[in-house]
Amino acid sequence: MALEAQKKPKKSGGDYRAGREKPSGGGGEFWSWIFMRISAIVLLFLAVGHVLIMHIPAGGVSRVDFSFVATRWDNPLWRTWDWMLLTLALIHGINGLRVITLDYVRKPSLRIALNFTYYILGFALFILGTIIVITFNKAKWGL
Amino acid sequence: MAKKRDYTTLYKGHEGQWSWVAHRVTGVAVILFLFAHIIDTAVIGWGPSAYDRVMRAYENPIIRLMELGLVAAVLYHAINGIRIMIVDFWPKTAEHQKQLFYGSMAVFLAAMIPITIIMGKQALDLL
Repeated sequence: MALEAQKKPKKSGGDYRAGREKPSGGGGEFWSWIFMRISAIVLLFLAVGHVLIMHIPAGGVSRVDFSFVATRWDNPLWRTWDWMLLTLALIHGINGLRVITLDYVRKPSLRIALNFTYYILGFALFILGTIIVITFNKAKWGL
Repeated sequence: MAKKRDYTTLYKGHEGQWSWVAHRVTGVAVILFLFAHIIDTAVIGWGPSAYDRVMRAYENPIIRLMELGLVAAVLYHAINGIRIMIVDFWPKTAEHQKQLFYGSMAVFLAAMIPITIIMGKQALDLL
């Protein structure tokens, strides 16, 4: 039975893993595994910082309106932060969807269709977000 | 055709399995919100009246509860992700994987207490 053939986690050290096992070799899955961890470290600051800043102080998202964002984006640091968050969170999240699909969807045609959907959606949202972050100009709206 | 039991997890109901399930569930929840959030933020390119109308949709106590869930999902995913990376990069720490799991859950719950109070107040203010 396949279940018994699986390696059991040892009580101490060695094979026990908290997350996905590191794929061996230098192929795409190996680099995907590495990317998830490197992007995770950056996202710890960008995503957790973003969530805490936007949702906790001074009434949370109640204070977020056009002028709030316009003032925030006066500072190129916040535009850079938001663009990096957009980019890394999209790639990290879509790669996560791909890995989950790899685990649960066995039918190759459905898997390809799902992955294609993720990539198209991710690319479209990346382009949309990038255009908005770069081109936003509050002067256009008389501010 | 492959049978379901061929890809059951290693952990079989221990802490590792539940934290792994929760990592996936919170990850999917956050990326689904991100898809919507990129679009709602992009509306800012259509000016103040359009953007402020979209933002007003969030001014609702039920939406605020979902927002608390979103913050919890991001925090869980982040803290559990730190635990995963600790075990990945320092395999010896796997000897203490139970302590790591309960320690990271303690950090998560401790962070959620003030966050729930603050965001709960924000939600109640809208009633």
